[in-house]
Amino acid sequence: MAEATAIQDRSLTHAEPWGAKPKRMFAPATVMVYSILIVAALYYLLPLYVMVMTSLKGMPEIRLGNIFAPPVEVTFEPWVKAWSQACTGLYCEGIRTGFWNSVKITIPSVIASIIIASVNGYALSNWRFRGSEVFFMILLFGAFIPYQVMLYPLVIITRELGIFGTLTGIVVIHTIFGMPILTLLFRNYFASLPPELFKAARVDGAGFWRIFLQIMLPMSLPIFVVAVILQVTGIWNDFLFGVIFAGTPNFPMTVQLNNVVNSVQGVKEYNVNMAATILTGAVPLLIYFFSGRYFVRGIAAGAVKG
Amino acid sequence: MKTNTHGGTSVSIKDLSLSFGTVNVLRKLDLDISDGEFLVLLGPSGCGKSTLLNCIAGLLDVSEGQIIIKGKNVTWEEPKDRGIGMVFQSYALYPQMTVEKNLSFGLRVAGLPKAEIAKRIARAAEILQIEPLLQRKPSALSGGQRQRVAIGRALVRDVDVFLFDEPLSNLDAKLRSELRVEIKRLHHKLGNTMIYVTHDQIEALTLADRIAVMKGGVVQQLDDPLTIYNKPRNRFVAGFIGSPSMNFISGQLAEKAGKQVFRTGDLDISLEGYEAEEALASGREVVLGVRPEHIRIDSDQHVAHDAIVDLDEPMGADSLVWLKVAGNPLSVRVESGKRYRPGERVKVSFNAAMASLFDAKTEERV
Repeated sequence: MAEATAIQDRSLTHAEPWGAKPKRMFAPATVMVYSILIVAALYYLLPLYVMVMTSLKGMPEIRLGNIFAPPVEVTFEPWVKAWSQACTGLYCEGIRTGFWNSVKITIPSVIASIIIASVNGYALSNWRFRGSEVFFMILLFGAFIPYQVMLYPLVIITRELGIFGTLTGIVVIHTIFGMPILTLLFRNYFASLPPELFKAARVDGAGFWRIFLQIMLPMSLPIFVVAVILQVTGIWNDFLFGVIFAGTPNFPMTVQLNNVVNSVQGVKEYNVNMAATILTGAVPLLIYFFSGRYFVRGIAAGAVKG
Repeated sequence: MKTNTHGGTSVSIKDLSLSFGTVNVLRKLDLDISDGEFLVLLGPSGCGKSTLLNCIAGLLDVSEGQIIIKGKNVTWEEPKDRGIGMVFQSYALYPQMTVEKNLSFGLRVAGLPKAEIAKRIARAAEILQIEPLLQRKPSALSGGQRQRVAIGRALVRDVDVFLFDEPLSNLDAKLRSELRVEIKRLHHKLGNTMIYVTHDQIEALTLADRIAVMKGGVVQQLDDPLTIYNKPRNRFVAGFIGSPSMNFISGQLAEKAGKQVFRTGDLDISLEGYEAEEALASGREVVLGVRPEHIRIDSDQHVAHDAIVDLDEPMGADSLVWLKVAGNPLSVRVESGKRYRPGERVKVSFNAAMASLFDAKTEERV
């Protein structure tokens, strides 16, 4: 069948192959690839669709049970309630306090971890010192140990330091746990920059910080974008560290969301839960939307050399 | 203006060794470079030539030995304090800075007054003819322009010694030969000491006052280009220098009618005119090296030998003809006027005075 159409195509234009090879619209391979892509996309989009639809319905409509049906009567009531009135345990202030807590945790953690990790990576790739490889191995090893193992010791350490259950405490924890992967990312990126640039700067007399700030940093925008995305989404989505180290007044949005969804007072308000969940997931989602391109590019740039 | 090879020593390298773990990259290296000399470090990749340059620049710490520049022991000094400027193969221009900022970076780091910086940039830009490019970013320059800026960056430092690390290897053939001439002209004009690393023998032969041919972290021969070409110290140097490369034939020394000959199979090649460095004892196993231009086809001389044409490679100005002489493949350079057909029978003669003999075992010149 495929052969027959190919022969037909050719006979339509020229007696023998000439010029650009004709592209067939519905080649079996193309059809297969697109079918799989479409099915996969639907599979992942369906839950999101259900969530959005449910969050726009009123409770009576939800009780009808048609979860795939679009809302007959669109209402934004659940969104407002999720944001400002939903109850998390004793307080009924919605998840907006959680949102601001998350912002307060995420911004300093992201900045601190990226500053430290970029200097780490720069030093490890350009200023090799005795034992720098061992140091790097130990740092990397940290990335492979399950967090749960370290929780209890960390609770004791932060308690002794007097920062357990404070904003400072959770920021320090996030900064530390961001170190292995971010250092790896920065080290590999700096290693992929031409080493001769570094040499030229040294011949020109620039020292450790000047080379870092004036030569390396201006060339490193892509990897900084990746690091920001990685850290913002990672820290925003974190639940475990937040619930343990942040302390009740500082609970991040994820913890608040859990409390909203799991605290049942009478009726389970699915629409409010859905709205709260979407609100919580909105930040990482938006970041992926607007920087997905950089993300892929940067990951590739950071992964070239080992 | 050229202050060539007289005056004092500019760079002196004493007993220099460098090893990474168990790998010895440089071994007990001694090198004295005169004031204003153009020295080329030549060798195949991995011979340690770039490593040596990096050691001189201070970008690599040495394991043993000393480096003395202008009478000052700089072995432990930082690169900026050694009085050197360096030009890299990949140009290594700071991509986010304009040409002017690239040139002035080192001077700004050193904290020179603005007027002095401007003066030096103006001078370098004039010498290298890059004045119209000063406000451009490196990405808006061609390869040749970039390398010119890179040279300028070394120039503004106002140093005694220039280090070039394969500066032309990233350029295409035409630009390479143009910039080669320019570098030579620059050397004549400035009279600085220049140390130039390359794997390109044409660059080495055309630029150098002296060439140091390196292999395995050891200098094989340090001589002026003509000596290197005509009287290679050993078989490695002989084979590395020259394109098309030298012909090598294995055989023995023998005597024929009271004269020294080189014998391989039933072929006897007269060694009349060869300046031997030691007594040539008959029966010694040797390798004869002859450059393609020192063999002649269709010679009337009575010493001519029979040969069969294998292949003819026209190269424009001349052709390279591959012959078989008594079973040995041999390349001969001839003027391009005449073509040879494969299988054709010809006569060849050797110019023994321009040939080289190497001991078969030590591969040293005899």
